[in-house]
Amino acid sequence: MPTVTVDGVEIEVPQGATVLQACELAGKEIPRFCYHERLSIAGNCRMCLVEVSPGPPKPQASCALPAADKQVIRTDSEMVKKAREGVMEFLLINHPLDCPICDQGGECDLQDQAMAYGRGATRYHEAKRAVTEKTMGPLIKTVMTRCIHCTRCVRFSEEIAGVDEIGALYRGENMQITTYLERAAKHEMSANVIDLCPVGALTSRPYAFEARPWELKKTLGIDVSDACGANIRIDARGREVLRVLPRVNDDVNEEWLSDKARYQVDGLTRRRLDRPFIRRDGRLVPASWEEAFAAIAAIAPGASVAAVAGDLVDCETMFAAKALVHALGSRLLEGRQTGLAYDCANLAAVNFNSGFAGIETADAILIVGSHIRREAPLLNVRIRKAVKRGAKVFVIGPEWETTYPAQFLGADVGLLGDLPLPVGDALRAAKRPALILGGAALGKGALAPALALCAQFNLVRSLEDGTAWNGFNVLHMAASRMGGLMLGYAQPGGIGDIVAAKPRLLLALGADEVDFTKFAGSTVVYLGHHGDKGAHAADIVLPGAAYTEKTGTFVNTEGRVQFAERAVYPPGDAREDWTVLRAIADALKVGVGFDSYDDLRAAMIAAVPALGREGLADYGALPSGGGAGPHNGERVIAGYPIDDFYLTNPIARASPTMQRCSAELLHGQDFAEAAE
Amino acid sequence: MLADRDRIFTNLYGYQSWQLDAARMRGDWDDTRALLARGPDAIIQDIKDSGLRGRGGAGFPTGMKWSFMPKESRDGRPSFLVINADESEPGSCKDREIIRHDPHKLIEGALVAGFAMRARAAYIYIRGEYIREAQVLAAAVAEAYAAGLLGKNACGSGYDYDVFVHRGAGAYICGEETAMLESLEGKKGQPRLKPPFPAGAGLYGCPTTVNNVESIAVAPTILRRGAAWFASFGRDNNKGTKLFQISGHVEKPCVVEEAMSIPFSELIEKHCGGIRGGRDNLLCVIPGGSSVPLVPAADIWDAPMDFDGLKAVGSGLGTAAVIVMDKSTDVVEAIARLSHFYMHESCGQCTPCREGTGWMYRVMERLRLGDAEVQEIDMLQQLTKQVEGHTICALGDAAAWPIQGLIRHFRPELERRIAQNVREAAE
Repeated sequence: MPTVTVDGVEIEVPQGATVLQACELAGKEIPRFCYHERLSIAGNCRMCLVEVSPGPPKPQASCALPAADKQVIRTDSEMVKKAREGVMEFLLINHPLDCPICDQGGECDLQDQAMAYGRGATRYHEAKRAVTEKTMGPLIKTVMTRCIHCTRCVRFSEEIAGVDEIGALYRGENMQITTYLERAAKHEMSANVIDLCPVGALTSRPYAFEARPWELKKTLGIDVSDACGANIRIDARGREVLRVLPRVNDDVNEEWLSDKARYQVDGLTRRRLDRPFIRRDGRLVPASWEEAFAAIAAIAPGASVAAVAGDLVDCETMFAAKALVHALGSRLLEGRQTGLAYDCANLAAVNFNSGFAGIETADAILIVGSHIRREAPLLNVRIRKAVKRGAKVFVIGPEWETTYPAQFLGADVGLLGDLPLPVGDALRAAKRPALILGGAALGKGALAPALALCAQFNLVRSLEDGTAWNGFNVLHMAASRMGGLMLGYAQPGGIGDIVAAKPRLLLALGADEVDFTKFAGSTVVYLGHHGDKGAHAADIVLPGAAYTEKTGTFVNTEGRVQFAERAVYPPGDAREDWTVLRAIADALKVGVGFDSYDDLRAAMIAAVPALGREGLADYGALPSGGGAGPHNGERVIAGYPIDDFYLTNPIARASPTMQRCSAELLHGQDFAEAAE
Repeated sequence: MLADRDRIFTNLYGYQSWQLDAARMRGDWDDTRALLARGPDAIIQDIKDSGLRGRGGAGFPTGMKWSFMPKESRDGRPSFLVINADESEPGSCKDREIIRHDPHKLIEGALVAGFAMRARAAYIYIRGEYIREAQVLAAAVAEAYAAGLLGKNACGSGYDYDVFVHRGAGAYICGEETAMLESLEGKKGQPRLKPPFPAGAGLYGCPTTVNNVESIAVAPTILRRGAAWFASFGRDNNKGTKLFQISGHVEKPCVVEEAMSIPFSELIEKHCGGIRGGRDNLLCVIPGGSSVPLVPAADIWDAPMDFDGLKAVGSGLGTAAVIVMDKSTDVVEAIARLSHFYMHESCGQCTPCREGTGWMYRVMERLRLGDAEVQEIDMLQQLTKQVEGHTICALGDAAAWPIQGLIRHFRPELERRIAQNVREAAE
């Protein structure tokens, strides 16, 4: 551990730390633009210059200089002050003075650091440089005149996303950052470059000119666009969510966010259900809450009731519905809307046991039936990191464009029982072998044969350093899935059991992916927030709250319990889901045992204690012996469940931004730019 | 004056053929196997003893540079020699003469140097504009392969060695050693951060030494004639012979091999026929290529042309590209033109150089016309100091120094122009 002296204070720093990190450990702020913890070191902005001895008699870029024992570092000397002033002056000479119309204003590194480290006035009287705008797709707005060439965006797309989409052209003053042939950035994580950009060169196109950062109320939430449970910050003004940004959580999303999670929020103000509807003569007509509850009471279902949970609902809603269904005397609960019916007796067998941070350390990964880029872009980033560390990746399933070298073995899940020799050898030789089972594989009955591989390749083991390794992973796609399974939203035969039971009343909790034609004999009560497939099929529509509009608990595919806070209130007559369910209980004259949100949570935690503790739930050990029974039927995966990454849920489908992304990025449609 | 028998580059002017037969007549490839048989350590020691300093401009001792290379590969990575033939410094034209008239000196040197540093192969990165030269070099390499001098069991020494010729695409910055490595790897030519130094992680992450053409080409002759012979020329710490390239206002501009430390006056009088219009007509000299500060006539006349001698007059030897300017020169315009060159050739990677070179050029342009204020001379001086030493590579320094030299020696001229311009505006 080297000991260095920073401004006269002696501190010990970890081996391999840079001078910049040493200064930060000593509590000294080092201004920087190009340096970013999660990207490689470029050392090109020259803002982080400090004085280091021993060393040449000139300031050194602290981000790129390793801290060495007995170094004496000055961050407060005249030389450093002059160097920072000089670099700042250079950065500003060609930077436009358009802060008043720049969306980065108020959260701009250049603005902040110019105030702190710059000179007061300009000495530059020549003409400023201007750069033409670039096309980077529907999400990223460019004002390249503002670019300070830190290359964070270039490094992000190369290193994290794994696609060579963004690069630099030309040299010297004329250097420009652009996409290849000015095509749109198409990667699922492309919009992260907006957060990375320290100036207003890359800003959010949908959010352009919407708000200033200081006008926004910031709420801590959990993303529901996939099962990763990315930690987000919801920025709202008044009753409208204006944008979503990632929060730092190294265990889940690091500091990235998928484009869908970031940009589906403009769907929250469109196609909303803001009043109850009742179907009369085949048409849904607006109704009051009283009429809606009276209509539900009129069904008088008795015990012939079932609840189906959608992909976006929180645990509290599911628990309240469960309490209602139980109070009515039924046990029919299901969350796997599309008909999956894998065995959920042991939740460890359907959990992502390695964890997202853990999968980074895997050295051989077998992906079965998952298009990871579409199903969990954040996980794809982690796998790319593992590959960069030397992991081998094999995929069973139809081919898709990976962002790392991967070997496709074929689309037949029967391969699980008969892995090619090199794959078996790689898994056997690996210290941390991992298997990732996706939805497409679960649909082909691959769970049991996959569990059999656990024993064959010893996927669960204790490592040399004494830590435990569990390489068996199931990757879900719905934010509600693990919570639903913990709450018992699983019939042995899947949703088929519910179809077979022919319930008089079917309670659809934001369930939009169900084939409602099979429930022709049931009265469908849809409780949700968007006028999507579920509402179209419903007989009674009750307006509920979207994920930004309620405080709730979500469990991600790792079994990580996370709490989200309410950012805004539901629109119109819409109410938080649990209150609606509580009122239905009154209408049907049963007691559910809670009258307030706190009661509800207490009851839920009493029933499932793990939901009360933030962090990974403990599901116990994997079942021993997969019991790989002979599987009948089709074993070849024809396609992946997610066909259109941008339109997977009702919020995204209502979002103009996501619709445009789908049309432009996936279906190649051209959009004419309005002449400016 | 250097005797003909002591010249290394005996076909510098192309009076003979460049081809292998003629080169052999001149002594190239003469029992190279025996040179290699001395062993890598002996070769490096000879080069160290000869006092050879890098001929690319920085003047780093060549033998010491070679000794930084790993003696054996611990992790299976090969080592590489990269030869810098991207001669783009305004004023420099020595590598071109070597390559087009005496390429086998370079190729033999590539083998000997590569063997000494245990390299697997040499890459010769030749300037894109040197089209004929690249053709000659490629043909010479092919000749050497055909004669068994390169490739498997090169020269019968039992050592396998390849030489690749790679053409650049016309960027000055690719003459910077790490930018050259980036360019060789197929990337945008931008200098890398150091550390890691190329000797640790260079081309494709492997240990690499980057040497100038002249440094490599003189190596076989040094080994043949002995370190002591080479060290007999020049002053202490500035040994050997050197190709000087004199351009500008002399009667006969030329490239000539001379002993180091030759006085400027002798170099000019003996080889170039003197200053155009006589000694009194000399205004100033840029003694080492465009990157070094100019030296006024009075200081340069008796200065010894070597690393230390030119440092003493506030400049440097650089590549020994001597640019002579007589009193007909608009020295401000000359330096402004150099500023434009550096603005044009800045890679744009790091801030001070990207933004500073353009700013400096624009101020220089105004100073040329006198369209400035006197304080702006001081501001320009500060600007050069803000660029110098704050950049990743030395291009920032190279852009700053000519301007610093101008302000140091010709400030009255700058002020005169400003005053004149103000007067003209008033009239």
